Amino acid sequence: MAVRVQREDFDIGAELGALTRGNTRIGGLTSFVGLVRDMAGGDAVGAMTLEHYPGMTERQLEAIETEARRRWPLDATLIVHRIGRLEPGDRIVLVACASAHREAAFQACHFLIDWLKTKAPFWKQEETPAGPRWVDAKSTDDDAAARWERG
Amino acid sequence: MKLLYFAWLRTKIGTAEESVDLPAGVSDVGGLIDWLRGRGPGYADALANLAVVKVAVNQEYVGLDHPVKPGDEVALFPPVTGG
Repeated sequence: MAVRVQREDFDIGAELGALTRGNTRIGGLTSFVGLVRDMAGGDAVGAMTLEHYPGMTERQLEAIETEARRRWPLDATLIVHRIGRLEPGDRIVLVACASAHREAAFQACHFLIDWLKTKAPFWKQEETPAGPRWVDAKSTDDDAAARWERG
Repeated sequence: MKLLYFAWLRTKIGTAEESVDLPAGVSDVGGLIDWLRGRGPGYADALANLAVVKVAVNQEYVGLDHPVKPGDEVALFPPVTGG
Protein backbone atom coordinates (compact mmCIF):
# COMPACT_ATOMS: atom_id res chain seq x y z
CA MET A 1 0.00 0.00 0.00
CA ALA A 2 1.60 3.21 -1.12
CA VAL A 3 0.76 6.74 -2.19
CA ARG A 4 3.15 9.13 -3.92
CA VAL A 5 2.85 12.73 -5.13
CA GLN A 6 5.62 13.67 -7.54
CA ARG A 7 6.63 15.98 -10.38
CA GLU A 8 8.34 13.34 -12.46
CA ASP A 9 6.64 10.88 -14.81
CA PHE A 10 6.14 7.24 -13.84
CA ASP A 11 6.81 4.03 -15.75
CA ILE A 12 3.55 2.05 -15.79
CA GLY A 13 5.20 -1.32 -16.45
CA ALA A 14 7.80 -0.85 -13.74
CA GLU A 15 5.18 0.32 -11.20
CA LEU A 16 2.82 -2.59 -11.87
CA GLY A 17 5.65 -5.11 -11.87
CA ALA A 18 6.92 -3.89 -8.51
CA LEU A 19 3.40 -3.96 -7.05
CA THR A 20 2.90 -7.69 -7.51
CA ARG A 21 6.48 -8.96 -7.32
CA GLY A 22 6.95 -11.76 -4.82
CA ASN A 23 3.25 -12.28 -4.08
CA THR A 24 1.93 -15.30 -5.96
CA ARG A 25 -1.49 -15.16 -4.27
CA ILE A 26 -2.36 -12.30 -6.60
CA GLY A 27 -4.53 -13.42 -9.50
CA GLY A 28 -5.73 -10.05 -10.78
CA LEU A 29 -4.12 -6.65 -11.23
CA THR A 30 -6.11 -3.63 -12.43
CA SER A 31 -4.92 -0.12 -13.15
CA PHE A 32 -6.28 3.25 -14.22
CA VAL A 33 -4.10 5.89 -15.85
CA GLY A 34 -5.36 9.46 -16.23
CA LEU A 35 -3.93 11.54 -19.10
CA VAL A 36 -3.99 15.24 -20.03
CA ARG A 37 -6.51 15.87 -22.85
CA ASP A 38 -5.93 18.48 -25.53
CA MET A 39 -9.51 19.81 -25.33
CA ALA A 40 -11.75 20.94 -22.48
CA GLY A 41 -15.20 22.43 -22.83
CA GLY A 42 -14.62 22.99 -26.55
CA ASP A 43 -11.37 24.91 -26.03
CA ALA A 44 -7.87 23.81 -26.93
CA VAL A 45 -5.70 23.13 -23.89
CA GLY A 46 -2.00 23.72 -24.43
CA ALA A 47 -0.97 22.53 -20.98
CA MET A 48 -2.15 22.39 -17.41
CA THR A 49 -0.57 22.97 -14.04
CA LEU A 50 -1.53 20.88 -11.04
CA GLU A 51 -1.14 22.22 -7.53
CA HIS A 52 -1.94 20.46 -4.27
CA TYR A 53 -2.02 20.83 -0.48
CA PRO A 54 1.16 19.10 0.73
CA GLY A 55 0.46 17.03 3.80
CA MET A 56 -3.31 16.92 3.46
CA THR A 57 -3.02 15.33 0.02
CA GLU A 58 -1.02 12.39 1.33
CA ARG A 59 -3.35 12.01 4.32
CA GLN A 60 -6.41 11.97 2.08
CA LEU A 61 -4.88 9.49 -0.36
CA GLU A 62 -3.89 7.20 2.51
CA ALA A 63 -7.41 7.43 3.97
CA ILE A 64 -8.95 6.56 0.59
CA GLU A 65 -6.58 3.61 0.22
CA THR A 66 -7.38 2.40 3.74
CA GLU A 67 -11.09 2.56 2.93
CA ALA A 68 -10.57 0.50 -0.24
CA ARG A 69 -8.70 -2.16 1.71
CA ARG A 70 -11.49 -2.23 4.29
CA ARG A 71 -14.06 -2.89 1.56
CA TRP A 72 -12.22 -5.37 -0.66
CA PRO A 73 -9.65 -8.13 -0.08
CA LEU A 74 -6.64 -6.43 -1.68
CA ASP A 75 -3.06 -7.66 -1.67
CA ALA A 76 -1.56 -4.43 -2.95
CA THR A 77 -2.60 -0.90 -3.87
CA LEU A 78 -0.78 2.04 -5.39
CA ILE A 79 -1.66 5.67 -6.08
CA VAL A 80 0.83 7.91 -7.90
CA HIS A 81 -0.30 11.48 -8.70
CA ARG A 82 1.77 14.07 -10.52
CA ILE A 83 1.92 17.81 -9.85
CA GLY A 84 3.41 20.72 -11.80
CA ARG A 85 3.05 21.58 -15.49
CA LEU A 86 1.83 18.80 -17.79
CA GLU A 87 1.11 18.78 -21.52
CA PRO A 88 -1.52 16.89 -23.56
CA GLY A 89 -0.73 13.19 -23.58
CA ASP A 90 1.20 13.35 -20.32
CA ARG A 91 0.26 10.95 -17.56
CA ILE A 92 -1.39 12.58 -14.52
CA VAL A 93 -2.34 9.73 -12.21
CA LEU A 94 -1.89 5.98 -11.76
CA VAL A 95 -4.15 3.88 -9.57
CA ALA A 96 -3.54 0.13 -9.28
CA CYS A 97 -5.09 -2.66 -7.24
CA ALA A 98 -4.06 -6.30 -6.89
CA SER A 99 -6.17 -9.08 -5.44
CA ALA A 100 -6.62 -12.83 -5.59
CA HIS A 101 -9.59 -12.34 -7.92
CA ARG A 102 -10.46 -9.80 -10.60
CA GLU A 103 -13.76 -8.49 -9.25
CA ALA A 104 -12.23 -6.98 -6.10
CA ALA A 105 -9.39 -5.51 -8.14
CA PHE A 106 -11.75 -3.94 -10.71
CA GLN A 107 -14.13 -2.48 -8.13
CA ALA A 108 -11.41 -1.16 -5.82
CA CYS A 109 -9.61 0.55 -8.70
CA HIS A 110 -12.82 2.25 -9.83
CA PHE A 111 -13.58 3.29 -6.25
CA LEU A 112 -10.09 4.73 -5.70
CA ILE A 113 -10.11 6.99 -8.74
CA ASP A 114 -13.71 8.13 -8.11
CA TRP A 115 -12.98 9.07 -4.50
CA LEU A 116 -9.59 10.57 -5.33
CA LYS A 117 -11.22 12.95 -7.81
CA THR A 118 -13.61 14.36 -5.22
CA LYS A 119 -11.57 14.17 -2.00
CA ALA A 120 -7.85 14.58 -2.65
CA PRO A 121 -6.83 18.27 -2.61
CA PHE A 122 -5.45 18.79 -6.12
CA TRP A 123 -6.41 21.64 -8.47
CA LYS A 124 -5.87 22.00 -12.21
CA GLN A 125 -5.27 25.25 -14.07
CA GLU A 126 -5.51 24.97 -17.86
CA GLU A 127 -3.65 27.08 -20.40
CA THR A 128 -6.12 28.01 -23.18
CA PRO A 129 -5.99 30.48 -26.10
CA ALA A 130 -8.04 32.88 -23.91
CA GLY A 131 -5.54 32.61 -21.06
CA PRO A 132 -5.21 30.49 -17.93
CA ARG A 133 -8.36 29.21 -16.22
CA TRP A 134 -9.01 27.10 -13.17
CA VAL A 135 -10.87 23.88 -13.90
CA ASP A 136 -14.32 23.71 -12.26
CA ALA A 137 -15.31 20.62 -10.32
CA LYS A 138 -17.81 18.47 -12.24
CA SER A 139 -21.10 17.31 -10.77
CA THR A 140 -20.64 14.07 -12.72
CA ASP A 141 -17.53 13.41 -10.61
CA ASP A 142 -19.58 13.97 -7.44
CA ASP A 143 -22.21 11.55 -8.75
CA ALA A 144 -19.54 8.96 -9.56
CA ALA A 145 -18.09 9.22 -6.05
CA ALA A 146 -21.53 9.15 -4.41
CA ARG A 147 -22.23 5.71 -5.88
CA TRP A 148 -19.67 4.34 -3.43
CA GLU A 149 -20.90 6.22 -0.35
CA ARG A 150 -23.11 3.46 0.98
CA GLY A 151 -20.00 1.27 1.30
CA MET B 1 -3.18 30.39 13.53
CA LYS B 2 -1.94 29.54 10.06
CA LEU B 3 -4.21 30.26 7.09
CA LEU B 4 -3.65 28.60 3.70
CA TYR B 5 -5.32 29.42 0.38
CA PHE B 6 -5.24 27.31 -2.78
CA ALA B 7 -6.10 27.63 -6.49
CA TRP B 8 -8.36 30.59 -7.32
CA LEU B 9 -8.85 31.49 -3.66
CA ARG B 10 -5.08 32.03 -3.52
CA THR B 11 -5.04 34.19 -6.64
CA LYS B 12 -8.06 36.28 -5.55
CA ILE B 13 -6.77 36.80 -2.02
CA GLY B 14 -3.26 37.41 -3.30
CA THR B 15 -1.31 35.22 -0.90
CA ALA B 16 -0.82 31.50 -0.35
CA GLU B 17 -0.28 31.58 3.38
CA GLU B 18 -0.46 33.93 6.34
CA SER B 19 -0.32 33.82 10.10
CA VAL B 20 -2.98 35.65 12.11
CA ASP B 21 -3.99 35.81 15.76
CA LEU B 22 -7.40 34.30 16.39
CA PRO B 23 -9.68 37.35 16.21
CA ALA B 24 -11.69 38.23 19.32
CA GLY B 25 -15.14 36.71 19.22
CA VAL B 26 -14.33 34.14 16.54
CA SER B 27 -14.87 30.56 17.64
CA ASP B 28 -15.74 28.61 14.49
CA VAL B 29 -14.96 28.39 10.78
CA GLY B 30 -18.03 30.42 9.81
CA GLY B 31 -16.99 33.24 12.14
CA LEU B 32 -13.46 33.17 10.78
CA ILE B 33 -14.72 33.46 7.20
CA ASP B 34 -16.96 36.41 8.16
CA TRP B 35 -13.93 38.11 9.69
CA LEU B 36 -11.76 37.38 6.64
CA ARG B 37 -14.36 38.91 4.30
CA GLY B 38 -13.84 42.22 6.08
CA ARG B 39 -10.08 42.24 5.43
CA GLY B 40 -10.33 43.51 1.84
CA PRO B 41 -12.03 43.21 -1.53
CA GLY B 42 -9.90 40.21 -2.57
CA TYR B 43 -11.05 38.27 0.49
CA ALA B 44 -14.67 39.36 0.02
CA ASP B 45 -14.59 38.27 -3.62
CA ALA B 46 -12.92 34.92 -2.89
CA LEU B 47 -15.34 34.13 -0.06
CA ALA B 48 -18.54 35.50 -1.65
CA ASN B 49 -20.02 32.10 -2.48
CA LEU B 50 -19.40 29.45 0.16
CA ALA B 51 -20.98 26.79 -2.07
CA VAL B 52 -17.64 26.69 -3.89
CA VAL B 53 -15.36 26.98 -0.86
CA LYS B 54 -14.10 23.92 1.00
CA VAL B 55 -12.51 24.17 4.43
CA ALA B 56 -9.96 21.97 6.17
CA VAL B 57 -8.83 22.43 9.76
CA ASN B 58 -5.57 20.67 10.58
CA GLN B 59 -5.79 18.89 7.19
CA GLU B 60 -9.26 17.37 7.72
CA TYR B 61 -12.42 18.49 5.91
CA VAL B 62 -14.80 20.34 8.24
CA GLY B 63 -18.05 22.29 8.11
CA LEU B 64 -18.69 25.94 8.94
CA ASP B 65 -19.63 25.10 12.53
CA HIS B 66 -16.29 23.42 13.26
CA PRO B 67 -14.42 25.18 16.10
CA VAL B 68 -11.18 27.05 15.47
CA LYS B 69 -8.53 27.74 18.09
CA PRO B 70 -5.07 29.30 18.29
CA GLY B 71 -2.46 27.14 16.57
CA ASP B 72 -4.87 25.60 14.07
CA GLU B 73 -3.96 25.27 10.40
CA VAL B 74 -7.01 26.42 8.44
CA ALA B 75 -7.09 25.92 4.66
CA LEU B 76 -9.64 27.42 2.27
CA PHE B 77 -9.87 26.10 -1.28
CA PRO B 78 -12.26 25.38 -4.17
CA PRO B 79 -13.77 21.95 -4.83
CA VAL B 80 -10.92 19.68 -5.85
CA THR B 81 -10.15 18.79 -9.49
CA GLY B 82 -7.39 16.20 -9.43
CA GLY B 83 -7.24 12.79 -11.03
